[in-house]
Amino acid sequence: MTSDVRKIDVDYIARVEGEGEMHVKVVDGKIEDVWFGIFEPPRFYEAFLEGRPFSDAPDITARICGICPIAYQMSSVHAMEYAFGASVTGQLRALRRLIYCGEWIESHVLHMFLLHAPDFLGYESAVHMAADHKDVVELGLRLKKAGNEIVTMVGGREIHPINVKVGGFYRVPTKKDLETLVPELEWARDAAIKTVKLVAGFSFPKFEQDFEFVSLSHPLEYPFNEGRIVSNKGLDIAVAEWNDYFLEEHVERSNALHSRIRSRGAYHVGPLARYANNFEKLTPAARDVALEAGLGPVELNPFKSIIVRGIETLYAVEEALRIIDQYEEPASPDVELNIHAGVGHGASEAPRGMLYHRYELDNAGRILKAQIVPPTAQNQLTIEDDLRVVLEDSLDLPDSELTWILEQSIRNYDPCISCATHFLNLKVERINTK
Amino acid sequence: MALPKLAVYKFASCDGCQLSILDVEELLLDIASVVHIANFPEASREVVEGPYDITLIEGSVTTPHDAERIHEIRRESKYLVTIGACATAGGIQALKNWGDTDAFTRTVYAHPEYIETLKTSTPIKNHVEVNFELRGCPVNKMALVEVISAFLQGRRPNIPEYSVCIECKRRGTPCVMVAQGTPCLGPVTQAGCGAICPSYNRGCYGCFGPMESPNTEMLSAAWQRLGVTNRGLVDAFRGFNAYAEPFRITSDHFEALAEARGE
Repeated sequence: MTSDVRKIDVDYIARVEGEGEMHVKVVDGKIEDVWFGIFEPPRFYEAFLEGRPFSDAPDITARICGICPIAYQMSSVHAMEYAFGASVTGQLRALRRLIYCGEWIESHVLHMFLLHAPDFLGYESAVHMAADHKDVVELGLRLKKAGNEIVTMVGGREIHPINVKVGGFYRVPTKKDLETLVPELEWARDAAIKTVKLVAGFSFPKFEQDFEFVSLSHPLEYPFNEGRIVSNKGLDIAVAEWNDYFLEEHVERSNALHSRIRSRGAYHVGPLARYANNFEKLTPAARDVALEAGLGPVELNPFKSIIVRGIETLYAVEEALRIIDQYEEPASPDVELNIHAGVGHGASEAPRGMLYHRYELDNAGRILKAQIVPPTAQNQLTIEDDLRVVLEDSLDLPDSELTWILEQSIRNYDPCISCATHFLNLKVERINTK
Repeated sequence: MALPKLAVYKFASCDGCQLSILDVEELLLDIASVVHIANFPEASREVVEGPYDITLIEGSVTTPHDAERIHEIRRESKYLVTIGACATAGGIQALKNWGDTDAFTRTVYAHPEYIETLKTSTPIKNHVEVNFELRGCPVNKMALVEVISAFLQGRRPNIPEYSVCIECKRRGTPCVMVAQGTPCLGPVTQAGCGAICPSYNRGCYGCFGPMESPNTEMLSAAWQRLGVTNRGLVDAFRGFNAYAEPFRITSDHFEALAEARGE
């Protein structure tokens, strides 16, 4: 009896942030094993945060991810403020939403145009794509820049901004400063609508999963910084209850911990989850553009996440314009903190999904224990589930095309592997024993 | 004539410095017209075989596999540039060099036996010859463009080696230490960021690493006059460039003092 092993090896998955791998083994046309591993070197953030002052957390945890530093800064400052019983309200809170809008625009547009669109149009990269679609790539680069300009204005620089601190900011911008952003954001609103129309015209594999969508939910607004943790399957908890409902597991194939909902299993965080749980909180224009693009109020096809990123980009541009319009310079750039021992929890919506932080602090405000649960670690099991289903539907494809669609399935999640490890190497193994 | 081939490799890092290449936005397509982006996994599936004319390295060496891989990369690279604090000084993850890696692994992971890691996070220069080091956490994206331009023109990159103080003076930012009594690492930190922090009313926290011959002793004395404790000085020098020699020696000195005095 001869063994026919079908094996596809991708040792380093491209167009994602960080280092990961995928292994697929098919025996006699049946899927035996599918796994998505993370070989990004461990960096031990939770360990070396121990003993550091609380005030270091936003600057240090920002370095977990160069693509979404604001998310780390926001989840950490909210956790510290929770521990100290401080609340940041009014215009300071609005400025936090504004800088988060900038990060969503910059990160979503980077993913849509430079990392994901080449899959749909059949190019190795955006640079290859630019040879035939220069205007598309240029549109993306300019829109991305509009997001970065918000982050730079409020945060000091686009990568690892320096202005966010526990309690608020070091310096707040003037109304005039923010108004300089308006003309480009007005252009960006039209560009975001154009982007949604463009990506909605791509062809999408028929593929849906019965996801449990987990995200923040706030009574008045599309969530960035605060709210309850909810799902489309009945979860509704306070951020501080995270560890009662979620479980992190360490498995051999990965330097990232896998998350699951206790007694239920895999769940999905990110744009599709936020959109499904908060559709009514989008701006009227964003809702209209979504429906015109053929989306329903819930979208179950992860390949269409690229359209939802476009909708969220449009939302973020409109929200930024609203905040700037209503901005009045606050009297103080921060609120006073009453430093004492305690436990703090914070969750915010990183572009690629909910990010949870928990800190235990001593009486001087030094960190005794830190827990950081990044979005990609939470999506890891769901990504594997998707790979299994896509693989079942695509076994007839030759290896090169199969590899590409499996890689694309992973890129649907805009995985940030640097974050998850605190990933990509693709292997498809086909064995035929007959 | 074929364009020079550029490769970008990642070691232990946050991806922020290589992201700077995509963050040059409208210049990205210009760069792609003068160099062949031959191997850049974060941006492209295409991998063109080496040797490469210019190789950019992000990240520090923290695993046995990476300690081997950097030698292979050196062999296929004509001009090798480290980008950022991780590749140049070991990065924030070099804080583990002062800790017990086994204990760190137990803190983060339920099954330490699955984790393969070295006891240290070290800069690329500790492993192979480096042709140019670009500082910063993250690097300044225009400095990165300058490094690539200088390479293409066959000259040394024009990157300042003086302190952040010069950039504050040039910007017209009043000294935060003198005017506000805010401790600042600017006097011992290499310029390049544009002195952002002082312009936002905060002290520099040293993300570009030590300048040439920094006087950390005098600066530490000035910080102590502002009421900073020995432990506070240890925290300040043990940041994103903790393992760069002048900062390492300074933090070790104040740690010994803090321990001797039971702080």
